[in-house]
Amino acid sequence: MKHIVRILCILLLILDVLTVTMVAGAQAKKAVSGAAAGPSFSGTVKFEGKAPAPRKIDMSGDPACKGQNEAENIVSENGGLGNVFVYVKDGLNGKSFPAPKTPVTIDQNGCRYLPHVAGVMAGQPVKFNNSDAAMHNVHPRPHNNPDWNESQQPKGDPIVKTFGNPDVMIPIVCNQHPWMKMFLNVVNNPYYAVSSKDGKFSLKGLPPGTYTIAAVHEKLGEQTIKVTIGDKGATGDFTFKAQ
Amino acid sequence: MFTAVTTFLLIVAGALVTSNEAGLSVPDWPTSFGSMYRLPAMVGGIKYEHSHRMIAEFLGLLTIAIAVWTMRADRRPWLKKLAWGALATIIVQGILGGITVLKFLPPLVSTAHAIVGQTFFCIAVAIAVFTGQKWVSQAPQQVQEYSPSLRTLTLLSLAVLYVQLFLGGMFRHKGMDWQPHVLNAMLVVVVLTWTAVVALIRYPRMEAIRRPAILILALEFVQVGLGFLALITKVMLGKDAPQPTLDMVSSTVAHTAVGALLLASTAVLAIQAWRHLAAANMQAMRAGDATVAA
Repeated sequence: MKHIVRILCILLLILDVLTVTMVAGAQAKKAVSGAAAGPSFSGTVKFEGKAPAPRKIDMSGDPACKGQNEAENIVSENGGLGNVFVYVKDGLNGKSFPAPKTPVTIDQNGCRYLPHVAGVMAGQPVKFNNSDAAMHNVHPRPHNNPDWNESQQPKGDPIVKTFGNPDVMIPIVCNQHPWMKMFLNVVNNPYYAVSSKDGKFSLKGLPPGTYTIAAVHEKLGEQTIKVTIGDKGATGDFTFKAQ
Repeated sequence: MFTAVTTFLLIVAGALVTSNEAGLSVPDWPTSFGSMYRLPAMVGGIKYEHSHRMIAEFLGLLTIAIAVWTMRADRRPWLKKLAWGALATIIVQGILGGITVLKFLPPLVSTAHAIVGQTFFCIAVAIAVFTGQKWVSQAPQQVQEYSPSLRTLTLLSLAVLYVQLFLGGMFRHKGMDWQPHVLNAMLVVVVLTWTAVVALIRYPRMEAIRRPAILILALEFVQVGLGFLALITKVMLGKDAPQPTLDMVSSTVAHTAVGALLLASTAVLAIQAWRHLAAANMQAMRAGDATVAA
């Protein structure tokens, strides 16, 4: 009987050690990914001047379109500028990053593309959904990637595509509904973000170093700043002026 | 005449496609959404693009009918050649329309599509003139020409109009800025006014010359106004427009349509000038007319 108890105790001990090892391993793994998410570059894209009043759009050409009826060229709240694509343009010294296999999803909802500005890594899938009861055609007009144009039935199957080359501010339109336009940004590193309505952005996980950070807006063009990221990250702002 | 009117409608339909930015709303060709005959839901940009395709198919059938009819019923060899030339032109035009869809609207191809379309309109109008009662029943007049001859001026007018058509097409299809089109418009106004005024002063009693000359002056006046309107609505007011607006669409479509009428009127003036003022060169054509009259 004593032997059995001893054996059980030893087994429990082994199990305990194994459990502790597994938990520690998981935490260590988390720490690695936490390191990847380490320092960040964050800031605000500011907007100086008066933002133009949103322009009305007329969707009556297609009875199946029942979304909002305002254009979204310049989105500004509390002095910030939204829909600005911020990314590391230079400074990664030829480092390569594997493209995620998880697709970036673009939806067509209310006869508009959501989101209006998106980022994706070169080679990462982009999934175009159609939540509308309207037929659409998804038509990117890239600068450094092949052009394509595909129609999509109402609530039809997703269109999944990849963009192989870096290509910033690719307009994606729907020729059936000429007000529908979004901008896709293809980059070859994972350090990018799209500013929120109040202009806030954060590029997470940047290794310490000196980088050129670019901020690109569909109407207001591109601005760049040079920043040095330390262990605790860095901050910096961009300022776009009304044209 | 029916074919010419249908062609004019097709030009208006094509202009509506471009002005509504609907050129790629049907992504495939020669099928529409995979079918040759099934009618898609005529909403959004599809209603412009698919209507344009349907009118084009109808015009293709009309042109085949004209070519066959001319072969069987008309004895003028040059008219038979022109009718088959019209058929060849509309086939080329259809292929250009297909290429521009499949290649995502390259400016040069789209502009070529516009130019060949208006050329076909001129051919259709010319066939209407050649088969008209007046052409067949009235003999060519042998009127003395002066230098510069009206025949030369009409050719010069056609040349500057084609340059203008190219520049306008390239601007409309985003291959060029608007300034060259506006600059050349001044040259077009000078040359066309010169041609029409010469025609009216020298040959005021020749109806065949006088009517197209008056039409050219009137259309030119309207066209310049529409050009300014299109410039204001499209380039200035519509620069940041999220979608084509009614004023942009109506002014640019009207500008394209009146441009086509102006080109065709100039072509008619050229035809009449070469018929009535170039007697030495018209022996063959007169002989052909005499055969028809007989």
